[in-house]
Parts: sequence; structure tokens; C-alpha cells
Amino acid sequence: MSDLTITALRFGFLLLLWVLIFSIVSAMRRDLMVGRKAASGAPTAREVRKNPDLAEAPPQPVKQQARQLVVVEGPLKGTTLPLAASPVLLGRAQEATLVLEDDYASGRHARLFPQGSRWFIEDLGSTNGTYLADQQLTRALPVEPGVPVRIGKTVIELRP
Amino acid sequence: MSQLSTALKPRRNVELALLVLALAVGIGANMMVGVDKEKAFDSDFWFQSSLLAVAALAFHGVLRFRAKYADPVMLPLVVALNGLGLAMIHRLDPPGADTGNNQLRWTLIAMAVAIAVIWFLKDHRILRRFTFISLAASALLLVLPLVPGISAGEILGARVWIRLGPMTFQPGEVAKITLAIFFAGYLSSNRDLILLAGRKIGPLQFPRFKDMGPMIAAWLVSIGVLIFQRDLGSSVLFFGLFIVMIYVATSRISWVVIGLALILGGGFVASRVFSHVEQRINGWINAFTPEVYENGSRQVIQGLFGMANGGLVGTGLGQGRPDLVPFANSDMIIASLGEELGLIGIFAIVLMYLLLVTRGFRAALGTRDAFGKLLACGLSFAVALQCFVVIGGVTRLIPLTGLTTPFLAAGGSSLLANWIIVGLLLLISHTARGPVDTTPLPPSKSADTTGIDTPTEAVKQA
Repeated sequence: MSDLTITALRFGFLLLLWVLIFSIVSAMRRDLMVGRKAASGAPTAREVRKNPDLAEAPPQPVKQQARQLVVVEGPLKGTTLPLAASPVLLGRAQEATLVLEDDYASGRHARLFPQGSRWFIEDLGSTNGTYLADQQLTRALPVEPGVPVRIGKTVIELRP
Repeated sequence: MSQLSTALKPRRNVELALLVLALAVGIGANMMVGVDKEKAFDSDFWFQSSLLAVAALAFHGVLRFRAKYADPVMLPLVVALNGLGLAMIHRLDPPGADTGNNQLRWTLIAMAVAIAVIWFLKDHRILRRFTFISLAASALLLVLPLVPGISAGEILGARVWIRLGPMTFQPGEVAKITLAIFFAGYLSSNRDLILLAGRKIGPLQFPRFKDMGPMIAAWLVSIGVLIFQRDLGSSVLFFGLFIVMIYVATSRISWVVIGLALILGGGFVASRVFSHVEQRINGWINAFTPEVYENGSRQVIQGLFGMANGGLVGTGLGQGRPDLVPFANSDMIIASLGEELGLIGIFAIVLMYLLLVTRGFRAALGTRDAFGKLLACGLSFAVALQCFVVIGGVTRLIPLTGLTTPFLAAGGSSLLANWIIVGLLLLISHTARGPVDTTPLPPSKSADTTGIDTPTEAVKQA
């Protein structure tokens, strides 16, 4: 085979490698919906560049409201706990962040955790359940300040 | 999590199109290798190419049938890498040697095993039941090469092989998967305890020993056995996996700080205590000194010369002399590819790895269960770390250690393990991209494994 053919094949192969890569990247680009919100019909980045009024106003940053956890009912009534950025474990076990002296609470009863600007509460498979405003928790739900959360005989609230 | 959801499209046709392109790369490479020789387009070429194509298309068919929503780009990427490796190994075979066909055999076995994983496992969450069984399995796999009778003895300074009939096998390759399953299962159940319980010393919070015990045990087993097996690369891999999975589970940067400090400290101690580690480090820092070149760094330096010879566009497949480098088809296959495909080609290969790893992490982001997230992160990171250690070693960024280049290097065990990893990642991406599956897992057969979600203290005390 002539040198010319071999050189052509050599560069052709390198080209083929990069064609594969660019095809994969373009397949991923569609997969990730870059610059386009698939379902909501929001304008694409390119459309926004052409008509600036199409751009949505950026959402107002919400300040993290709850700053402390207060026990309003139960054996530990009056206890407060400052809330930082880390999750809080509630229960009777000694390793809990707030150790509840409550016979109706489980060892690892529930978990309060921050996500975005809000705090969420999640039941950790407790025996007697966790109630957010008298609704038993079946999944993690956001806790607004002032809404009572009942664990056994203890009721806690988040305060600003 | 829901912000990350993609449109529910299987996109299997995209995969098919990309797969055809990937096969063109793999088969094209095999064609280029022999194009100027007498044996171009001989029966061997057609046989190998058609087997690879049939296996890849069969894999695609299984995905259509069993994991419809699996990631569409992972399989093409892996097939392209595997095909490039096959071509390079075939090209480096001296007359009479059969490494190329052996690698093809292992590729087919590995793909069959990965298909079996997808076919029979169906849901990665089932693996969570085997958390502690995987720990035991990892320990067993790591100890096997030290057991007389099964052990294949010391090959090239490391005792990591076992004898299986006429073949040798490296059980440590599979152990990285079982360890990842254990870390994922243990950390997903005990994440809160590790995060919340424990005392704070200075800025760092240390978990209670009780919660970390099994993790430390797993780490000690892997590191301990690897010191006895004298396999530096695998111990770096296991340790990296350990640190990353704890970091991903707890999102505490302190783990990474502690881990890096331990690696540096451990590396320093190992370089003083173990002669083979000292030799590796000396061969890295003083690689160009003539005495060091004669006993140690020859391999790396020849690889560097080869890559320099390749330059920007490479000498062309089949045109260079990568065979001058010792272990050109396994440890140094990146240098061989670098010589014949040049910088442009090697960047393409590195990008393929990068894309594969990002797809793995994408699956981790999309999947809804903590176990799947951790497992996908761990497995993708294992692939990434392996690439970093090997390519970094070959290009003299870090000392050369004996890890295999995923999918490229000659070696059956590594190929098998990496295809299983791809199978698991595809399964996880299937649940990540597919519609939400609300059906409960099929009940497990043994009763004691139901206690995965740790019961509360009250239940235990009752």
C-alpha cells in the first residue's frame, strides 16, 4: 500500500476518534438539557441573549429563618438548641444531638436537616412516629418556624 | 434531586448509533495495525472484528430488553476503549504469541459476565443486602494469593495472582468491587451515626470508634494484605476508595485532609521500610540518572522517548516501535498508544475516560437511594483513580505503580472487573434515568438480612 494511503488512513483514524468523542458529547448535551428547560418551556439561553426581557427575574435569596430549636412541651420543656448548618439527631440515644428524656421516643427517632434555606424533618423509623402539625411523617418534610413537631410526649418548634 | 431529572427517554437508538461509531474505532484500529503488512485483512482480522461487533451488539440488545433507561454513552465509550486496547495488544504480539486472542477471549468472558450482572441483578439495591458478605468476600479475595496451593507465587515482585487451571487471575481486581459494595452499604446505613455522634477535637469531628470499627477493619485488611503482597498500586486504589466514599457520605472535608496526610505519611514510611517502594520513588525522581536507568527507570524512560517520538499526531498505528518498552502491552500501553496515536490520540483516550467517569457520577446524582449514590460514586472514582495512577505513572507525574489501565491493558482479571463495574453503573443509571420505581424490593430469602434499616434503640431494648 502506498505511503499516501497510509498517511491518509493515519489522520483519518485520529479524525474518527474525535468524531466519536464529539458525537458522545453532543449526545450528552441533549441528555443534560444544557440551556433548555425540557418541560417548563422556559426560554433557552440563546433566546434570552436575543431578547433580554424573556429572562426570568432571579429568585430572591431567602435567608435561613430558623435559628434555634425550642422544646415547648414534655420533660425537657424550655430547652433551646442553636441551629447551625449541620443536621440534628433527635432521640433517646446518648449520641443524639438533643437527647430526649422521653419514654415514648425511640433511640434514633428523627433527624432535622437543613437543605437550601429550609429545615427538613425525617423520621428514622421510630416506634411511635413523628408528627408535624398533627400529621404523621411518612417522608422528609420541610419545617416552617412555629409549626409544632411532636416526638413521643415532646413537642419542639423552630424559632427564628 | 428532582431538579436533576432528565426527560424519560430510553435513547437506545442514540446508543446504537454511537456503538457503531465506537466499533468503527475499535475495528479501524485493528485494521490500521496490519494495513501495511502481508497479513492485512486475513481471517484473523475478520474473526476478531466480527466477534467484538457481535458481542457489543448483543450487549446493546440486552440493554434494550432489560435496562431500557440505562445511560446511552457508557457502552460505546467502553467498547471503543476495549477495541483500541485489543488492536494495540494484537499489534504488539511478537510472531507466534497469542496475547491478542487471549485478550479477545477475556473481553468476551467479561462482557458475558457484565450481561449476566444486568440480566440477573435487575436492581442494584439488592446488593445492599450483601454488605457484610462483601466485606468477607473482599477479605477472602485479598488473602487468596497468599494461600499456598492456590497462589501462583511471586510474579514480577508481587504476590497478587492465583492459579485457575491454565490461567492466572488477580482476585484483588474483583475485591475493589466488593469493597465498594461494602463501603456503600455500611455508610448508607450508618451515615447519620458517623456524622452526628462522636466528639469534636479542634476543628475536626471524630466519630465514635464503634461506628467506624468495620470501616477501619476493612481498610486494615486491604492495606495489610497488600503490604504482604507488595502491590503498591492496589493499596493506593483501596485507600483512595475508602477516603472518597467516606467523604461522599459525610461531606466532611476533614476526611480528605486526614486521608492525604495519611497517604503522604504512609508513603514516606513505606519508602524507608520497603525496598521496592524506595526503588519506585528513586526511579521516579532520578529517572534519568544512568545507574537508576539500568535498574529501574528504563521502562518509564523508554515510554517517554516513545511518546516524544510520536509527537503531536503520532507515528501511526503499526508504524512506531512501542515494542522496545518492557510490558508495552500492559503497564505501558498508554505509552504505546501515545507513540502511535500522538498527543491528539492520547487526549482522545483520556477524554473517553473522563466522559465515562462523569457518566458514572451523573448516575450517582440521578439515582434516588443513598446506597446507589455511594456505589456509583465509589465505582466511578475507582476507574478515575486507576487512570490517574497509571497515566500519571507512565508520564512521570507520579511514581509508576502496578495498576492496570482500565479496558486497555492486557490482562483478563482487570478487564473482567472493569466490565462488571460498567454493568453495575449501567444498572444504577437505569434506575436514575428511568421512571420512579415505587415497587418494593423482592423479599430477601434469609430473615436476618431484613435488619438493614437499623431498628431504634427502643425496639432493641424491648
